[in-house]
Amino acid sequence: MDLIMDSLPLLWEGLKLTAYITVLGLFFGFIIGLITALFRLSPIAPLKWLAIWFINIVRGTPFLVQLFFIYFGLNSLSWISLSPINAGILGISINAGAYIAEIIRAGIQSIDKGQTEAARTLGLSSAQTMRYIILPQALRRMLPTFVNQAIISLKDTSLLSVIGIAELTQRGQIVVSATYEAFKIWTVVGIMYFILIYLLTQLGNYVERRYELR
Amino acid sequence: MSIIEVKNLKKSFGDLEVLKDISTEVNEQEVVCVIGPSGSGKSTFLRCLNKLEEITDGHVIVNGHDITDPKININKIRQEVGMVFQHFNLFPHKSVLENITLAPMKVKSVNKQAAREKALELLDKVGLKEKADSYPGELSGGQKQRVAIARALAMEPKVMLFDEPTSALDPEMIGEVLEVMKQLAKEGMTMVVVTHEMGFAREVGDRVIFMDGGFIVEEKEPEQLFGNPENERTKAFLGKVL
Ligand SMILES: Nc1ncnc2c1ncn2[C@@H]1O[C@H](COP(=O)(O)OP(=O)(O)OP(=O)(O)O)[C@@H](O)[C@H]1O
Ligand SMILES: [Mg+2]
Repeated sequence: MDLIMDSLPLLWEGLKLTAYITVLGLFFGFIIGLITALFRLSPIAPLKWLAIWFINIVRGTPFLVQLFFIYFGLNSLSWISLSPINAGILGISINAGAYIAEIIRAGIQSIDKGQTEAARTLGLSSAQTMRYIILPQALRRMLPTFVNQAIISLKDTSLLSVIGIAELTQRGQIVVSATYEAFKIWTVVGIMYFILIYLLTQLGNYVERRYELR
Repeated sequence: MSIIEVKNLKKSFGDLEVLKDISTEVNEQEVVCVIGPSGSGKSTFLRCLNKLEEITDGHVIVNGHDITDPKININKIRQEVGMVFQHFNLFPHKSVLENITLAPMKVKSVNKQAAREKALELLDKVGLKEKADSYPGELSGGQKQRVAIARALAMEPKVMLFDEPTSALDPEMIGEVLEVMKQLAKEGMTMVVVTHEMGFAREVGDRVIFMDGGFIVEEKEPEQLFGNPENERTKAFLGKVL
């Protein structure tokens, strides 16, 4: 018992880092996803193809390979120098971004065409229609899927241990190798992830209720 | 003076030619009703008047501007052409008041206070002042359609287009919507109304257009068209619906 107590501060530091990387990764991932989705639906062919290829490449390769590409590949270029944490955040952002792009695209396309027609008929431009009419409804509708992606991204951060980021999983390994208490420590780590994901789900439910379409 | 002038309008969807050669005009303060069998192209015709559909050939001149000109600023033209849809198309994430104030504020840069006042005035006019803070999901079909009319009117259009505004309504709600439209007509609003309500066309219309197979088959004052149709197809159609 003492052993677990002693290890808690260390694991807590890891938990904080996991949460930090997840939050930033999802924040940038959302921005990347929104831009990619708008490109994807744009009538301008080059933007559309750019988006399609970005999505396909990310979806068609394992996250670990993407992470190695960013951390070892990009860092091998003389003019790029990424710290492990920044590489990790970038990896999560890009990976989540591609999936979020598809979520947002599906959300936008699920909105009835009559909404666009009503808005355009009133004289709103296509950009105003997207901003005031389509996106607010699409984002509400895609919220459950977005929470799902947030959970996946959070779990993906455990892979960042391989590039030496002292997030929760990495801390777990360190503590286990110092104490040989694999069973207890991994149980505690698992519970910590579980709580994080539980909180994320609750937050999603709260936001969903708050912005429910009346 | 004509607000809308349609010259040899043609519209195809791929190989399907839906409007074959339509010419007509709508004069100021006139109420034109469009009737005809399902699939005859009534909605398509109406939707060409504000370029919701790309126009394949011919010209549509709204308020002196040829909207088939590729350089035209269509957003500008649309501000002057209100449209009411069969399925209302209210914005479900916005309150009734916000539905009405959105376009004046974003498109015409009317300030919030003025937009609110105008919206409340319009809601009063359609009998829904007490619903200002409700959401579309909380309204009946007839109420939704009256809000949709108020929303279109808030842009102070020169002409209003209606595409079967009562077709999606329960029978007991049709009257309240037609009443609002009658009132509008009385106030001198120029209107083009696609409708299955022959009673409305007869009573309120200044002119009735009968469409079939992508053509205007007959176009007359209601008394004449309903009382004394000339074309066989008009007779057959009226025989079925009257
Ligand atoms: N976007 C579209 N793409 C392909 N065909 C279309 C499209 N819109 C309409 N049509 C076709 O054009 C024809 C005319 O349709 P339209 O909706 O104008 O008829 P309508 O007279 O309004 O009929 P209704 O009384 O049923 O509303 C129909 O054959 C319809 O299937
Ligand atoms: Mg129709």
